[in-house]
Formats: sequence, structure tokens, C-alpha cells
Amino acid sequence: MSAPLLWILVPLLAAAVLVVGRTERPVATWGALLAAALGLAGFVVPIDTPLVLGPLSLKVADSVQVLGRSFVLRSADGPLLGLIYGSAALWFYGAGAGPGARRVVPLGLAIVALLVASLAVDPFLFAAPLIAIASLLAVPLCTPPGTKPGPGVLRFLTYQTLGLPFILFAGWMLAGVEASPSDIAMTTQAGVMLGLGFAFLLAVFPLYSWIPMLAEDAPSFVAGFIFWLLPVFSIVFALGFMDRYAWLRSAPQLSQGVAAAGALMIATGGLFTAFERHLGRLMAFSAVAATGLAVVAMSLGSAQSPQLVFLLLMPRGIELALWSLSLATIAARVRSLRFEDVTGMARGLPVATLGLVIASLSMLGLPLLAGFPARLALLQALTRLPTGFEGLLLIGLLGVAIGTLRGIAALVAGREVAPPQTAESGQERVLIALGVVALIVAGAFPQVWQPILSALPRMFEHLAA
Amino acid sequence: MLRDVVSWVAVGGILMAAAGLVLSRDWRWSLAFLALQYLAAFWLVGLHWPIGLASAKLVTGWMAAAILGMTRLGLAFKSPAAELFWPQRRWFHLFLVAAVATLAAAATPRLETILPGLGTAVVGGSTLLMTMGLLHLGLTADVLRVTLGLLTVLSGFEVVYSAVEGSILVAAMLAIVNLGLALTGSYLMLAEPEGTEA
Repeated sequence: MSAPLLWILVPLLAAAVLVVGRTERPVATWGALLAAALGLAGFVVPIDTPLVLGPLSLKVADSVQVLGRSFVLRSADGPLLGLIYGSAALWFYGAGAGPGARRVVPLGLAIVALLVASLAVDPFLFAAPLIAIASLLAVPLCTPPGTKPGPGVLRFLTYQTLGLPFILFAGWMLAGVEASPSDIAMTTQAGVMLGLGFAFLLAVFPLYSWIPMLAEDAPSFVAGFIFWLLPVFSIVFALGFMDRYAWLRSAPQLSQGVAAAGALMIATGGLFTAFERHLGRLMAFSAVAATGLAVVAMSLGSAQSPQLVFLLLMPRGIELALWSLSLATIAARVRSLRFEDVTGMARGLPVATLGLVIASLSMLGLPLLAGFPARLALLQALTRLPTGFEGLLLIGLLGVAIGTLRGIAALVAGREVAPPQTAESGQERVLIALGVVALIVAGAFPQVWQPILSALPRMFEHLAA
Repeated sequence: MLRDVVSWVAVGGILMAAAGLVLSRDWRWSLAFLALQYLAAFWLVGLHWPIGLASAKLVTGWMAAAILGMTRLGLAFKSPAAELFWPQRRWFHLFLVAAVATLAAAATPRLETILPGLGTAVVGGSTLLMTMGLLHLGLTADVLRVTLGLLTVLSGFEVVYSAVEGSILVAAMLAIVNLGLALTGSYLMLAEPEGTEA
């Protein structure tokens, strides 16, 4: 057995089996169980080290050869595998609360497996086609059969595909830069190519227009899943580039550029949030601002940088899962997620409203919630290593705060437009309540992340040094 | 010498096919132009890759065209876009195609200095495909045409990338991306309720 087979091939095969499942709940349960098992294995199974179980000795090899290239998962990747599959288990189990689990779980599992393959492929810049294939699989998720594909879906498809050539070409140019580091022209061209590629992948301003559009076009739960997963892997991929190429770490212009891109994402995401009147789009813009925070953390260039990035990314899975599950619960009972259609809905759907409020406040960084420690740590790091864009950052965070409060006000204020015909189901209530508790516990006791957080940056030998 | 002549004929074929893709309103013509485009791209890829590997690109491209064609053939509704296509719009598109082709021709010598040793035909053909693909994407919101635009951009990239990277794994993954795009386009066409195409 080898690690790539366990964490890539097994979930791909399981996805192929689950896709023929006929009933929603068992598909969600089995998908969640498998993802949880793979997540647990990520934390406990040592890679390339013998594991002795009584008389048995088991060794999981770290690589496998495919078409002359290697897929390698090292022991340092274990915590990230655990985190990703563990979070995916929550999403897949949550998918069982609503319709569409038969599509969401198998396709989601295949997407996660392909994105894990993008971490494993050597040379790592070949990850770009795997991310593109994962994005292609996300398209059917966003467009259930019988629904007209919206402009957001088409734009998502276009932007994710356009990122691929830039990244692959930048990878080729970077090899040239390594061979002749004094060639300023080539270094600039490679930097521009790489920047454009990541601008498409990470949906940097102004290329994130698909995110709010997708939040309107796609089912809320699916949109949340995409807003969680794709940026996480794109950021890890970007950190891989910085780890691999010394000049990327040392170039001050590049770090300034990355900081500017992140600050623009936060500022524009926040400003758009402040004026938004659609609950789904509110989540989308908040997710853009949250990705911007991770991009700013990435630009700091210190040894602390990967730790800060992971600290920001870790609660994101729970926050977006809770937010999108709450939104899906509300969306199933109202005409649309526009403010005028959800006014006063907190009375009819109190648990879903609570989930939405807690998730949005956590993403805003309210103290005692899971998002707070990461935002506090980032702001502290910025006081030591100012980027010059702190003003934009504050404008963005203020915008997110205004938008979040407006969203909450729309749900709780006024009289219900049309009371929901059905209340939340038992499963929806339990899942949302668990999400709320998880965010509060992770906020009140941030040390729960510490063992994973200290292990994650080891993936990047040079960055963490 | 003959090789150079055929390469320039391939670039001419690319210009004709890519322009035809932007200008044609009938999906049958569009797919025929796509197939021609892949044939021309195959020749340019074959300048740097073994013929067997290059032909995999041709087969993949034609399979993508076949997937889209079979899906479109099975759809009962008629695209209203064909009825709304006014002659002056065709002239406007023709003007855009000419402008983009001129731009690609002007950019080719400069790009060749960045990518030395690839050959003017390869760089020119690739630039033409990518710019025409982007133009196509900018002009439409129709599922089939967006897919065709993306396939055009990707085939342009593949022409130039094949000259610098010969990995079989990358070739296989790019083939999967091409087929995946065609399948995604087909899915989106089928997902759309009948009679609602924009």
C-alpha cells in the first residue's frame, strides 16, 4: 500500500461506487464515514515508517509512479490530509440534511481526491491540470439537472480553465529563472505569468466576479463547499511555489504585490458585503475577504507566514459549512435569499438563523468565536511587519461587519414576509447546533488547533525554516 | 522547406478555423471548424513531439468535437441566437477577427524573442488560437460557444507548451482537461430545460 493510493485512488474509487447510490442518506453517511476514516488515517498512520501492530508490521510507502512521474505524499503532509478529509466528512454528512447528497457526496469526494493528487504530483507545478479537472467536476455540482446554467457557473468554468495555461507556463519559465537568476526580463515575465495564474485560481480582485454570481446560481451548500475547498488548495499550491523557489521568497516586489492583491480582496469584498442585499452573496463576499486575509498572511514572508495562513484556513471549513447549511435550510423554505424575501425569518427558522449569525460573526472575527484568534494573530503580525495596506484591510473588515449586521437585521427585524410552511428538520437542527458549538469551542479554546497547527508548516521546509 | 510550407499552411488553417468559429452561427459549421482547428494544431504539435503523441492530441480534440456534436444533435430546440444574428453583427465580428488576427501577427515576433527556438509558425499559430479563443469567450454567453472558446484557448496553449514540455503525464492530464471541458459543456447543454437556451 502506498499513501497516494490510500488518499487518492481509494476515494476516487469510492466516489465511483457512491455515484450509483439510490438513496440520499446512506450515500451521505458512507461518504462521511470514508472521509472521516481517511482523515483519521492522515493523523495517525505514519507514511514511509513501519507501523507495528502486535505481530503485524505495516508500512505505507510514500510514492507511486504514474506515466513516468511520481505522486508523493510525505509524512509532513499527514496533518493536512487529516484536516482536509476530516472537514470533508463534516460537509458530506451535512449534505445528507438536504436534497442532492447523491450528487454532492460522490463528486465532492472525487474533487477532494483530485486536489490531494495536486498536492502529491511531482514536479508540483503539474498540479495545475489536476486543479482544473477538479474545477470541471465542480460544474455539475453547481448545476443540478433541469436547471438553467447561470452566468456564474460559466464564468467559474472559464476563469478556472484560463488559470491553467498561465501556471503551467510560469512553471516552465521559473525553471529558466533558476538556471539564470540574473536575467531580470525572464524573472519579470515569469512573475507576471505566475501572478496571472494565481489571480485566476485564487479569484483575486477583479477576477472574483464568479464567486457572488455562483452564490446566486448554485445551491447554497454546494457554493459554500467550493468557496471552502478551492481557495484552500490554491493557497497551499501557492505556498508550494514560494517554498520551492528562493527568489520568490526573497523578492520584495513580489511580496508587496501579493500583499496588495490580498488587501484589495479584503477591501472590495468588505465594501461589496456592506451594500449587499442577498444572503448568499453576503457569504460569497465574506469568503472573498477571508481569502484575502490568507493572501495577506502569505505575503508576510516570515517563518510565521505558513502558520498564520493555516490558522486562518483551519476554521474556514466549519464556518462555511455552518453558514451554507444554514443558508440551504432557509433557501429551501423561501422564494429567494434576497433580504425582502427573508425578512423576519428568524421567528420561523430560529436554529438556521442562529447558525448563520454565528458563522458570519466568526468569519468577521468576533472574540470567542473560531475566526478570532487567527485574525488577532494576523493583525499582531501586521503591526510588526507592516505591508502599507493596513488602511484597506480595516476598510474591508468594517465593510464585512456592516454587511454581516445588515444580514442579521434582515433576518430578525420586522414582521415575517411569509412564515415558512415547514420548520427545520431534526437533522438540520442537530447539525447546525453542532456547528455552532464547534465554532464556540474552537474560539474559546484555540489551543485545540495547536497540535495540528504546529505540524502543518512542516510541509514547507524552506518557508517554515 | 516543405515542412515550413506545411507549417504555414497549418497556421492559415488555424486562422480560417478560428475565424470561422467566431463568425459561424450554425453549430454544425462550428464543430467542423473545431475539427479543422485540431488538425492544424496537430501538425504544429508534431513539429516538436513524436507523431504518436501528437496524434493523441488530434484524437482528443476530435473526440471533444464529437461529444459536443452528439449532445447538440440530441437537443430538440433551435438556438434563437441564429435568428437574432443580423448581417451588421457579422461585419462587426469580422472586423473584430481581423483586428485580433492583426494583433496576434504583430505580437508574434516579440513573443518569439521570449520563446526562442520554437519557430515562428508555432508561436504565431499558438498566439492566433489563444487570442481568437479569448475573443470568442468575450462575445458569447452561450454554453456551446463558451466551451468552444475555452477549447480554442487551450489548444493554442498546448501548441506552444508541447514545444517546451514533453511529459506524457502532462499530455494525459491536458487530454483529460479537454475531454472534461467537452463533457462539462455537454452536461450544461443537457441540464438546461428544453427551449430556454439563451
